[in-house]
Amino acid sequence: MVEHGDVRVVHKGGSKINFREPALSTDSRFLLCASGESVKVFSTATEECLHALQGHTDLITGVLLRPSNHLQAYSCSLDGTVRLWDFTDGILIRWAKSNRVNIWCCFIYVWTVHLHVCACTELFQLVAVHLPQCGEQLVEAKELSAVLSNISSNPAASAFGREGQYIVSAKPLQLEVYFFKKHKSYSFFLKKDNQKGGKNTFTCITCHPTEDCIASGHEDGKIRLWRNFNHRKEYTYSTLHWHHSAVSSLRFTPEGTNLLSGGVESVLVQWRYNQESQRDFLPRLGGAITHISVSPDGALFCTSHSDNKITIIQSCVKVSAVIQGLVKGDRIRTDLMIEPRSKALVLNGKPGHLQFYSLQRDKLLYNLDIVQQEYIHESGLEQFEVVMAAFDASGSWLATVEERKQKAPELELNLKLWAFDDQKQSFVLNTTISAPHEGRITALCFPHVSDGQTTMLVSTSRDGHFKAWQLAAPAHTEDEGPSWSCDFLGAYHSLVPECCCFSADSSLLAVGFQEVVTVWTPASWELLTTLSQPPGAVRDLCFGRLSCSKYLLGATTSRLLCCWNLLTCSLEWVTSMDVSLLLADPLSENMAAFCFEAGSTDLFVFKPGEPRPLFSHKALCSGRVTHAVFVPREVMLESCDEASQWLNCSHLYFLTQSMDLLTFITKAEEDKLTASSKQLVVSDDVAMTPFHLLLGKHRDQLENPQGSNVSLPQLLQMPAHVLPSASFLCSMFVQSLLISVNKPSEQNKEKEEEMESEKEEEDSDGEMESRISRPEHMPSGESGCAAPALTKEEVRELRRLKKLDHSWMKGLLD
Amino acid sequence: MASYKPTNIPVYPKLGEKVTEETLYWKNYKTPIQIKEFGAVSNIHFSPVTPYNFAVTAFTRIHLYGLLSQEPVKTFTRFKDTAYCGRFRSDGQLLVAGCEDSVVRLFDVSGKVALRMFKGHTKAVHVTDFTSDRYQILTGSDDYTCCLWDIPNSAQLNTYQEHTDYIRCGVTSQLNRDLFVTGSYDHSLKVFDARVDKSVMTINHGHPVESLLLYPSEGLLVSAGGRYVRVWDLLKGGQPLVSLKNHHKTVTCLALSSNGQRLLSGSLDRHVKVYNTTSYKVVHNFDYPAAILSLALAPEDESIVVGMTNSILSIKHRKPSEEAKETAGHQRRRPSYRVYAHRKSYVPKQDDYLVSKPVRQHLAKYDKQLKKFNVSKALDTALETWIRGRKPEITVAVIRELDRRGTLKNALAGRDEQELSRLLSFLIANLVDARFAPVLITAAEMILDIYQSIIGQSPVVDKQLLHLQSLLERELDYQKDLLEVLGMLDTMFASSLPKIELPCSGISTSNGLPQGQSTASRPQILAA
Repeated sequence: MVEHGDVRVVHKGGSKINFREPALSTDSRFLLCASGESVKVFSTATEECLHALQGHTDLITGVLLRPSNHLQAYSCSLDGTVRLWDFTDGILIRWAKSNRVNIWCCFIYVWTVHLHVCACTELFQLVAVHLPQCGEQLVEAKELSAVLSNISSNPAASAFGREGQYIVSAKPLQLEVYFFKKHKSYSFFLKKDNQKGGKNTFTCITCHPTEDCIASGHEDGKIRLWRNFNHRKEYTYSTLHWHHSAVSSLRFTPEGTNLLSGGVESVLVQWRYNQESQRDFLPRLGGAITHISVSPDGALFCTSHSDNKITIIQSCVKVSAVIQGLVKGDRIRTDLMIEPRSKALVLNGKPGHLQFYSLQRDKLLYNLDIVQQEYIHESGLEQFEVVMAAFDASGSWLATVEERKQKAPELELNLKLWAFDDQKQSFVLNTTISAPHEGRITALCFPHVSDGQTTMLVSTSRDGHFKAWQLAAPAHTEDEGPSWSCDFLGAYHSLVPECCCFSADSSLLAVGFQEVVTVWTPASWELLTTLSQPPGAVRDLCFGRLSCSKYLLGATTSRLLCCWNLLTCSLEWVTSMDVSLLLADPLSENMAAFCFEAGSTDLFVFKPGEPRPLFSHKALCSGRVTHAVFVPREVMLESCDEASQWLNCSHLYFLTQSMDLLTFITKAEEDKLTASSKQLVVSDDVAMTPFHLLLGKHRDQLENPQGSNVSLPQLLQMPAHVLPSASFLCSMFVQSLLISVNKPSEQNKEKEEEMESEKEEEDSDGEMESRISRPEHMPSGESGCAAPALTKEEVRELRRLKKLDHSWMKGLLD
Repeated sequence: MASYKPTNIPVYPKLGEKVTEETLYWKNYKTPIQIKEFGAVSNIHFSPVTPYNFAVTAFTRIHLYGLLSQEPVKTFTRFKDTAYCGRFRSDGQLLVAGCEDSVVRLFDVSGKVALRMFKGHTKAVHVTDFTSDRYQILTGSDDYTCCLWDIPNSAQLNTYQEHTDYIRCGVTSQLNRDLFVTGSYDHSLKVFDARVDKSVMTINHGHPVESLLLYPSEGLLVSAGGRYVRVWDLLKGGQPLVSLKNHHKTVTCLALSSNGQRLLSGSLDRHVKVYNTTSYKVVHNFDYPAAILSLALAPEDESIVVGMTNSILSIKHRKPSEEAKETAGHQRRRPSYRVYAHRKSYVPKQDDYLVSKPVRQHLAKYDKQLKKFNVSKALDTALETWIRGRKPEITVAVIRELDRRGTLKNALAGRDEQELSRLLSFLIANLVDARFAPVLITAAEMILDIYQSIIGQSPVVDKQLLHLQSLLERELDYQKDLLEVLGMLDTMFASSLPKIELPCSGISTSNGLPQGQSTASRPQILAA
C-alpha cells in the first residue's frame, strides 16, 4: 500500500446558492447569498461573482443586510458565530461568538440593538442576542434571551412585524404572535384539513411593513391575510387562492403595495394589496421557487429556485439576470462525463436537461434541452428523465436516453443522437429513436475512434438484447443528412446484458451478460469468446488502455475484481473487493476502482499489469461513490513523486452520496495555488491610489518604513466612504505620521510633514463624500495637536460622529 | 423566463415506398385515360417525328392516335386476321405490320390501302421492322425464319433459318443498316449481319424471349423473357452484364425513357418497373389493372402508353411542369394596389444599436389551450375533423401530452354523446396502428372507465363500442398469426445460420461455464 502523504481530497466548485434567501443591497447593485462556508457577492448587472466573504468554518445559515449601515451585512453560521462584513470590499469588520448554540438562521430588526437568531439546540428556539458595543473585533455574546421556543426550523415560517413590534412564528397548524412591548403572545389555530380536503399546514409567513397584517402561505396553495390579531377572539382573515400546491415563499414589497408569492409551479405571482383580484404573473422561471427577496428600494426582486439558481427580476416584469450554480438534483442519473471539445463536466441538470459545467471557471456554461417538452411543475407527476448519456471520442456525437414511467409496464424510452454543429457551437438533434428497446437501457457506449467519424453506438437493455446502431447515409438521393439506424441485434442465451465496453482500439466489444462476459468483434459481429467467473453477475467492465490494452477488467456483484488476459483468454488475477465503480484514465494506463467497504468508500488506483496499486485512499467519504470521471489536464504535471504520479495526466473528480463534488489535489499544486493567491494580495497592496503615491513617496524618503505602526495601513485599506470627515481625521493622521519620524532630523521632517499633510488634504478632499463640509480655517501650519476653538458646525459634526460606531478607530488611536 | 415549449409532434417514418426524386418524377402523371380496344393490345409504337402519333396494334386493326387525342385519328383495318407489330419508319411516313395470315403489309400513313404486301412466310408474322436505310424490312415469323425484304420491288432479299422456335421479337440497328437482332422462343438471341448469310452472334437468354431492346449507343442489348430482364454487352461479344428478376410473371415488353437513363419493363404480373440504367435498381413501380402486353413512352416521357390483355389501352400524360404553373399563379395573385414600406425610409447607420423586437412565438391552437391548462379544449381542438383525418399523429401527440401531464382523465370526462362518438370514431380509426397503439390503448381504457355507467343509454355510442370490440378481437387474432409466422421464421433462420465454433480456451480453468453457441441473428427479425 502506498501512503497518500501529499495528495488531499478537496471540495471543488458547484456549491449550493439556494440554501437561504439571498439579500439584495440597498442600491440594488449587489446580491449576497450564502454558499457553503462563504458568502458570495454577485453583481446584479453582470451576474459575475465579485468576491466571496470567507471566514466561517461551517455552513452559513443566513445573510442579512445591516439596517443601520447599508454597506454592511451580517452572516450567521452553524459554527455559532455571527459576523459583520463590509460586503463591497469583502472585509470582516466584527464577529460575535456564542459558544452555546448553533445558529440556524438569523433575523434582525432595525432599531433593536438585539439581534434575533434562531438557534438550534435540541429544540429550535428564537433567541435574542445582544451584541455588545465594544471595539474589539471578536466579541463574546453572553446576553442570550429566549423569545420563543419550539419554532419551525424553516426560516420562512417566522417573521418580524411592523417596525419590529411583534414577531410571528408558524408551527404546522398554529400561528403565534408575540408582542415585544406587552410581552404577550397570541396563538391562532387552524384545523388540519378544511372542508374541501386541502391541507391547512402553514408553510411560510410574512408581515406587512406598514400595516398590521400577516400573510401566511399554506400547503394547499392558499394564502391567508390575517388582521386584527391582537385580540384572541376577534381576529379575521381573508383567503387568496391561486397556487395549486404549497406556497413556499411570500414577501411584501417595501411600500407594502404588493404581495409576492411563489411555489412549486415556478410562477411568481404579484397580488395588489387590498385589490387582491388583480394579479400579475411571471411564469416559467425554472425550478420550484424556494425563496423570494426584495431589494430595500423595491426596484429588484430575486427568486431562488430549487435547481440552484437565482433569478433577478426587474419590477416584476422582466428577468434581468440569472445566476446559475451547478444543478444538483436529488439524484444524478447520468454518469459524470467530460465533453471532449470544451472539457466541460456534463451531468443531469434541470429536469430534462444536460448541464455543461466548466470546472476551470466554476461556472455553468449552458443547459442542453434533451427532452424538449414543457415541464409541468407539479409534484408527483412522472416526468421524462435523462437517464443516460455518452459522448464519442471526438465530441461530435452525443447519445442520450430518456425514460418515463420506469416501473410501470408501459415504459416510454427515447434514444436521441445529437450532432455537434460547428456554426451553432452546440449539439443539434439528429435522430430520435422511440422505443429502441423493450426494456430499460443498462449501458450505452461509443467506440474510441481517435481519427475520423464515429459511426457506431452500442446499447444494452434489460430485454436481453444489445443493439448496435449505425450512422448511415440515406439510401436515396434525399436532401436530408445521414441518420442512425439499427445495424445488429445480439443476444446470448437470453441473459440480461448489464454493461458493455469497447477496447482501446475499438476492435473488440465486451458485453457482460450476468455471469458471462462475451467478447464480440464489431467488424463482423461474431462472438469471439466468452469469459466468466461465477458466482456473481458482472457489474462493471473496463478495458485497459495503452500498454495494458490486452487486459479486460470486470467487477462482479460477488465482491470480486477480475482481470482477464485477452491474448490467452484466461484469468490473470482476481482480488476480493466490492467495487462500486471502475474507471479507466483515457490518457494513461491507470485505472481507478472505488470500493465500498464498511459504510465508506476506498479508492485504489492501479495498473492492470502491475500487482501493487499506485495509490490508495481509505475512507474517502461515507456512502457509495457511483459517479466519477477522469478529467484530462490542460497542462501535464511532471511530478515524479510515486504517490502523485497518477495525477499527472488527469484530475479525478467524484460525486459523493451527499452530492458533493470532490477532487484530488497534490501538495505541489496546492502550494502553487496559495502562492498565486499571496501574490495577488501583494499586488493588491500596490494599487495606484493617491494614498499609495503619497505613502510610497513618504516611504522612499524614510528609507526604512516603520512596521510598528499598524493603524496606518488599516486606515488606508478602509474605503473612503466609511471614514469620518477628513477634518476629523486630519490631526490624527498627521500625528500618526509624526511618530514614525526619526528624532534627529525632526525639524526638517516636520516641514515635510506639513507639506505632505497639505497635499493629503487636497487629495482626500477629492475622495470624500459631498456630505462632509470641511472647515475653511483649518489650521494648516500646526501639526494638529492643539486645535483651536471649534465652530458650532464642527461640534455638531463631532457629536454625530460619536454616535456612530467607530470601534475600528480604537486601534488607530493608541 | 423560458418560452413555452410546444407539444412535440413525432415524425413517423413513412411506411411503404420512400419519396425520392424518381418517384416524384414518375408520379407526376395525370390519371390515366383508358380506351377500350377490340382485343388484346399487342404492340404500341410511337412515330419518330412530330406530332408523335402512335400506332396501337390490337386484334385485326391498327389505330393511330394523336398524342393528346382520345379518338383514333386513323385506322388500318385491312387485315384478314390478327395484326401484329405495327411500326413506323424513321421518317414517320410508312407503317409496316405483320399478320396472323403470314402476309406483311406496308401502309402509307396517309393512305388506307396497303402499298405493298410481302408474301413468303408460311405462318403468322409477329416481328416487323424497318432497317435504318429505310428501304428494307425485317420480318420474323412463327415458321422459325426471319427475312429481309426490299421495299421498292417487294422482293425477298435474304432468309435466315437458324432459330428452332417461334420468332417473337426483333430489332434493327439504327446505326448500321445491315445489323439486326432477333429473339425466339428457343431461348436464344441471334445477331445477324445482312452481308453474311449466317448469324454473327448467339446469346442464350435461358427463357423464351419476349422482347428485345437496343440502347441508343447499341453497345448494350436488353432482352426480356420469362421473369428475367437481361442486359448483354454486345461489344464484349455478348457478355451478360446484369440479370434483373423483379417481376413475378413473364416480362412481355421493354421500353427506354427518352434520355436513356431509365429502363421500363412491363409484365403479365400487371406491373411496370422503372430501372436506373447505371445501378439497375428498381426506382419506381406502376400498377395496372390487367396483365401488360405492350408499353411505349412518348418522346420526353410526355406520356406512358400501356396496352393490356383485357384490351384496354391506358394513356398517362405528364402534368404541366411546376414552373409554368407557378408563373401563372403569380400573375393572378399580383395585387392591383401599390405597397408602401412602413417606416422604411430610415436606414440604420453603422454605429446604431439595433434593438430587436422580441419575436412573437406562434403556437398551434391546441398548444395555446395547453399553455393555459385548458385540457378539454385542447383535446377538442386536436380532434377537429381535418386534424383527426389528415394528421392523426397530432391528435395522438396531444393525447400523449395530456397523459404526461396526468390530466387525460379530466380531458376525456364530461363529454356529451356527440363528442364521445367523435372520440370513439377516432379510436376505431387509429387504435390498431402500431405507432399510436400504446397511447390510444391508455385513452381507450380511461374512456371505458369513465363512461361505463352510461352504456346502454345511447344507441350511437353502443354501436361504436361494439365496433371497437370486434376490431380488437380481429387485431388479437392477427397478432397471434403474426407471432406464429415470426416463430417459424426464427426456426428457419436458426437452422440456416452456420454454427460458429468457439475457440476453446483449454488452459483456462476458471472458465467453467460450458461454451455456448451463439444465438446471433441478423437484423431481419428486428422488432418493428
